[in-house]
Amino acid sequence: MAQHQVNYASSGGLPVALTTVDRLLNWGRSNSLWPLTYGLACCAIEMMASGASRFDFDRMGVIFRASPRQADVMILAGTLSKKHAEFARRLYDQMAEPKWVISMGSCANTGGMFNTYATVQGVDRIIPVDIYLPGCAPRPETLQYAMMMLQKKIRREPADMKKRKLQRFV
Amino acid sequence: MRKYTPKENVQAKAKYTDRFWVAPQVPRNPVEEDEYFAGVLAAVKEAVEVLDAYIEIGQLVIHIRPEQNIEALRTLKEECGYAMCSELSAVDYLAQDGEFEIFYQLLNLKEAKRVRVLTRIKEDQGIESIVPLYAMANFAEREMYDMFGIYVNNHPYLKRILMPDDWEGHPLRKTYPLEGDEFASWYEVDKIFGKEYRDIIGPENRDPARVDRYDTQRFSRIGHEVPFGADPKSVDTTETPIEYSSEILSDYNKGPHKVLDKRK
Ligand code: SF4
Repeated sequence: MAQHQVNYASSGGLPVALTTVDRLLNWGRSNSLWPLTYGLACCAIEMMASGASRFDFDRMGVIFRASPRQADVMILAGTLSKKHAEFARRLYDQMAEPKWVISMGSCANTGGMFNTYATVQGVDRIIPVDIYLPGCAPRPETLQYAMMMLQKKIRREPADMKKRKLQRFV
Repeated sequence: MRKYTPKENVQAKAKYTDRFWVAPQVPRNPVEEDEYFAGVLAAVKEAVEVLDAYIEIGQLVIHIRPEQNIEALRTLKEECGYAMCSELSAVDYLAQDGEFEIFYQLLNLKEAKRVRVLTRIKEDQGIESIVPLYAMANFAEREMYDMFGIYVNNHPYLKRILMPDDWEGHPLRKTYPLEGDEFASWYEVDKIFGKEYRDIIGPENRDPARVDRYDTQRFSRIGHEVPFGADPKSVDTTETPIEYSSEILSDYNKGPHKVLDKRK
């Protein structure tokens, strides 16, 4: 019996890997997360540092794109002022699905130290957030860790966008 | 009846101030002491009425009437060489005197001397624009209008500069609360989603230490088994004070103490 068994893994010398469509799509998505080049305040300096050669975001497939049409992730890096909230939401709306949001730093999370009339008290008031990244400012390693957590999250999610919507708490 | 709190100054103040502390006053010297500034003051006095003048920390301070601001500044610019206006804005004294104080800070680049021109206007009064004399006043006067609501007559483009165009209120007035009024707190929600969304999004959380025990997605309770996203009704709401667990934490206030006789 054993001699008739077809060994798929080595037949024709071709490696064969079996997977699900969900996993394949999520593998692709999570390993080429392209964030929008979008800095709001001092946290953006750390975001730029993460993109530059010392911390090197590119090795994780994270490449900053200058257009919301090409971006998957929006990193809200810094203080969101009320005057600017409208434009942040417009940029978010212009991004194509599937899209994710990282809120970077205390200011984006809760308004931070700017307990004033002019600062949005947490970007989740206007945009649904996937990962909250604490710190003022978070170091580049922390942002990279947040990106890895986001990758983990994406791999867990169903690849079908309609199902994914249901899972999201807005 | 609800307690009345005065509204003319609602800006945040220091929680603790020493009752016996008296703010030191900068000495004001007569203008005659300085020969150069005496000459400047004489030139200004020829052009406009000077209400008060003195020297403060090496700078000449001149109080004038608000209608004469253009003449006074023109004299200083064209006759005394004050070619640069480095700053211009207002101070809110509405609660104290019912007036705004407007200041123009001028600089003479050749002599390295500074002059401050002060004038006071009532709340409903306007002031003449000095853009024909100093181009920098274009933005500075717009900021003054934005922050204090002071109208500047004959300004080329009097429009808000820092706050959005549809903003209500003037934030640097003492009657404007630091955390914003009702309009400010809902501004982004109203603008992006519309007023109906206020209920869905809820009011701003201004307390950074807030813990909501009924929010089972963001918080769980110490010493309770709270599943993520559980129905808040199912969560045990009885108040239990945090206790020392003898296994994890040791209570150093209890137990036998050994007091050392001398330092080791
Ligand atoms: S969290 Fe800190 S570093 Fe980041 S934008 Fe706010 S103040 Fe700047």
